[in-house]
Amino acid sequence: IVLNLINYKYSSRVGTSRRHAFLYIYMEQIGSNFHLTLVSKMAGADGDDSLYPIAVLIDELRNEDVQLRLNSIKKLSTIALALGVERTRTELLPFLTDTIYDEDEVLLALAEQLGNFTMLVGGPEYVHCLLPPLESLATVEETVVRDKAVESLRKISQEHSPVDLEVHFEPLVKRLASGDWFTSRTSACGLFSVCYPRVSSTVKAEIRQHFRTLCSDDTPMVRRAAASKLGEFAKVLELDYVKSDIISLFTALASDEQDSVRLLAVEACVSIATLLPQEDLETLVMPTLRQAAEDKSWRVRYMVADKFSELQKAVGPEITKNDLVPAFQNLLKDCEAEVRAAAANKVKEFCENLPEDNREQIIMTHILPCVKELVSDTNQHVKSALASVIMGLSTILGKDNTIEHLLPLFLAQLKDECPEVRLNIISNLDCVNEVIGIRQLSQSLLPAIVELAEDAKWRVRLAIIEYMPLLAGQLGVEFFDEKLNTLCMAWLIDHVYAIREAATCNLMKLVEKFGAEWAQNTIVPKVLGMANDPNYLHRMTTLFCINALSEACGQDITTKQMLPVVLKMSNDQVANVRFNVAKSLQKIGPVLDSNALQTEVKPVLEKLATDTDMDVKYFAQEAISVLALA
Amino acid sequence: METTKLPPTSPSSPTTSFSVPSAEKVDGFPRRSMRRARQRRSHSSSQFRYQSSQVELTPLPLLKDAPVAELHDLFCKKLQQCCVLFDFLDCVADLKGKEIKRAALNELVESVATSRGVLIEPLYPEAIKMISVNIFRTLPPSENPEFDPEEDEPTLEASWPHLQLVYEFFLRFLESPDFQPSMAKRYVDQKFVLQLLELFDSEDPREREYLKTILHRVYGKLLGLRAYIRKQINNIFLRFIYETEHFNGVAELLEILGSIINGFALPLKAEHKQFLVRVLIPLHTAKSLSIFHAQLAYCVVQFMEKDATVTEYIIRGLLKYWPKTCTQKEVMFLGEIEEILDVIEPSQFIRVQEPLFKQIAACISSPHFQVAERALYFWNNEYILSLIEENCQVILPLVFATLYRVSKEHWNQTIVSLIYNVLKTFMEMNSKLFDDLTASYKVEKQKEMKRERERADLWRGLEEHQDRRMQMLTEAARNQRNLQERGERGDPPTPSSPQTAHSDQPEPKISGASSSSSGAGESAT
Repeated sequence: IVLNLINYKYSSRVGTSRRHAFLYIYMEQIGSNFHLTLVSKMAGADGDDSLYPIAVLIDELRNEDVQLRLNSIKKLSTIALALGVERTRTELLPFLTDTIYDEDEVLLALAEQLGNFTMLVGGPEYVHCLLPPLESLATVEETVVRDKAVESLRKISQEHSPVDLEVHFEPLVKRLASGDWFTSRTSACGLFSVCYPRVSSTVKAEIRQHFRTLCSDDTPMVRRAAASKLGEFAKVLELDYVKSDIISLFTALASDEQDSVRLLAVEACVSIATLLPQEDLETLVMPTLRQAAEDKSWRVRYMVADKFSELQKAVGPEITKNDLVPAFQNLLKDCEAEVRAAAANKVKEFCENLPEDNREQIIMTHILPCVKELVSDTNQHVKSALASVIMGLSTILGKDNTIEHLLPLFLAQLKDECPEVRLNIISNLDCVNEVIGIRQLSQSLLPAIVELAEDAKWRVRLAIIEYMPLLAGQLGVEFFDEKLNTLCMAWLIDHVYAIREAATCNLMKLVEKFGAEWAQNTIVPKVLGMANDPNYLHRMTTLFCINALSEACGQDITTKQMLPVVLKMSNDQVANVRFNVAKSLQKIGPVLDSNALQTEVKPVLEKLATDTDMDVKYFAQEAISVLALA
Repeated sequence: METTKLPPTSPSSPTTSFSVPSAEKVDGFPRRSMRRARQRRSHSSSQFRYQSSQVELTPLPLLKDAPVAELHDLFCKKLQQCCVLFDFLDCVADLKGKEIKRAALNELVESVATSRGVLIEPLYPEAIKMISVNIFRTLPPSENPEFDPEEDEPTLEASWPHLQLVYEFFLRFLESPDFQPSMAKRYVDQKFVLQLLELFDSEDPREREYLKTILHRVYGKLLGLRAYIRKQINNIFLRFIYETEHFNGVAELLEILGSIINGFALPLKAEHKQFLVRVLIPLHTAKSLSIFHAQLAYCVVQFMEKDATVTEYIIRGLLKYWPKTCTQKEVMFLGEIEEILDVIEPSQFIRVQEPLFKQIAACISSPHFQVAERALYFWNNEYILSLIEENCQVILPLVFATLYRVSKEHWNQTIVSLIYNVLKTFMEMNSKLFDDLTASYKVEKQKEMKRERERADLWRGLEEHQDRRMQMLTEAARNQRNLQERGERGDPPTPSSPQTAHSDQPEPKISGASSSSSGAGESAT
């Protein structure tokens, strides 16, 4: 009967056009195999194995609908488990290898699955069965599929025994490395480093040769792939070969005609420099690095700036002093804003990692003059990159230098026309606070904060609100009450909801910081006063504040001061206010004692539960059930 | 050439960007249009940094006044003078020098364009050097990282007043009747062409327009560079498709390719077919397809008109990359398919009709009415209609269920009426088949639902099986661990236990079981 069923499936399929006619031939073969397994099953050899005919499962993997095909591929492990290890190896994997022509999304899922398939084909001794499908996947056009296939290949390479690595894995790498189309050669680049450490020295020599060839490949795509793996490959090579092979490749790639290749060589520079002994750096690496820092393409210079801290660590203090300091100065003065911004981002890290013996002198004479110029840069991204790190310099330079040299810069940036610059300064105040105390800044800080607080862009206002609790902690309660409290209250009636919401949350954090008594004296009266505001949005803000504050203020304040206001608002004309009363009561209920709940809250909620508005009813009933007042 | 004064959109002084226009304050954020307005003023140029020391230019005598004997020498001096670069970001810097260079360039352009016998061999290296110094530069970073060529104003090249004249000179140089490819090829070499191609990424459309014409001339006149140019364009496209998704000059390069394809010899070389299949077709996946789709579709159709046998590659390729979520692109794809069908050979049509009409059916059932509408318009095309009619037996069963369902379900009235027309056409074509399909529609639907249920059952079974299997495996692993621990404690090993026999295999149970099952199977036969 089952055989008939399969025949039926053939006939229904043959008419439909599929991309590969050989599938049907394949199916025929499976058909005959199937008979055997069926018989074995009837013989009762094993109750559970080979429960499902592979034809049915493969049909799932070839469904017309991409989505269903994708779902099936994602559950490939389930199918493999149902087939058992042997049939997975002999039937499923050959099928997968042959159907490699599919939607990229399906292929991506397949490439990922196969990386976790070792157990399902019978463990490490059979892991090489996974290589053929992954090899095909590593040659497809779509980058994400290829990358995933390479990732899976790297993963399963670890599960190969050294012998299997030479017999199965390394030949695959060679095939890919000498493929016709650039995709397979690109994929090969990522596989050298995983097999190199565990193969014999003759094979090692071959691998090095292949890598060399790819570094001078005809297509820039392959050279880019090779350049991006250069550092990784250098790490697994013996030091002698690093000096003899890698350095020449590195030098060649770093002077490639395409800047997209040259910039990747900069990345490799970090790893290579780390591997070499200090005495070789000057002759082997530095000429290339100097050249990269002055490359005619801004992309390469950007890369140098972006990797500057890593480079600095890799080449050590002496070279840093002699070479990197002037290079860094140039990058800070670069003609492209992109490069300056990347360098400005590194100012603090670079200074921190300077050798301590003459760190201060280098910063004061070489770096600080450039930093001063950047403060008044024409590009706002450069200024804001600088503002995000400049405060960190104060810990390095100490109190006196900070006051004399840095403070004017901070103050200038606090007055910058770009809000992001000001925000970055304010958000890093804690660094300065530790060194000179915030008082030095507070006179300039206040106008800056006020201006940000009233900025036309609500996201800027939002950002400054988020720093308020931090600022309050640093400036102290008196300064806060005197200067900032009004601002915090003003935000409560902002015309943007997100600001009002953030302002409510800010109040809660302030109360947590300054205590319930402070809250009772300074903010609670103002908040409750808004309950009589003619604008219903402001009246609702009162409720939102109460929601946020009740817990921090404690039972006493909540019961005596807040609750009466909330209850009174249950008679509001606007339904939105009334259902927010119900929500508020639900929220503050746990803070109240049971007496207040029964005698005051319950009657009000019961009244609201009979409101004419359905939302009010709904929320009142919800509150009743949550507070268990029914 | 009087138009080469500083453009009205000269770089602004920095103070203007400080004040926030009141219109921006409405919602606190600058609207896109405002951002763009500001960008329009910002020009960029990476040229100036290469100038190490600024030289003072002194005006030379006019070419037209020069005695014939000194003409070439003066021409050469002017070329050298034009190698000096100026800072155009500072619009008031060295105005005198800029004017001298502009005048010199104008003269050079005019001289190359009008007088004969000027281009003698010693001038070639000088001319190419002057061109290289001026035009080859690393393009500056985009002012707007998420630059959308359709929406945003491009950043214009600040040094355009000079650059334009240099391009003009280059073009006239290539087009001059005196131009000798044999002499030029020594200086216009592969490296030169590669740099020229990189410039196509310029955001300034005026520059790309010049580059397009120039590259076309180079391709036409320097035969030795043709293969190299094609290969490098391939590389640019492949990088665009698979790596960066960003290149401003795709449309211009495709336009050149359009005419190159036109000139391909028959039969097509493998290289050209590969270009079609591995570069042109995948270009359809690009996010910014709309910018160069017209040029791309033109290239594709050119290929088909050259050699009808590539039709199947093209259609199957397009179907493979059919947009899944972007309806705007889907409409473009449908447009291209119609262009292709317009010139398709009936024998080729038969080869692709099945997958093609499944896709068209899917488009008809799209909830986006523009997609459905575009697909239904195919039935207004007489040639396509004749192809459908010839193959009605195959096509009608493919689209019938969709048409039937969508005619009852679609929200858009226009679509519904279009579908009625299509159904009517089919009814007239083959009423017998139409009636059969109508009759079996319900039965097919039920069959489909049954298959759905069977699938669900299958997967449920599989998953239960997996759970059981996993349980068994963890149990086996636990037993194995226990055994090993016992072994380590010095207990006598149990030699008969299968677990110890396979102790290095993490899955002893599975491999043991399946081998025994197949063994039993064989003995049973």
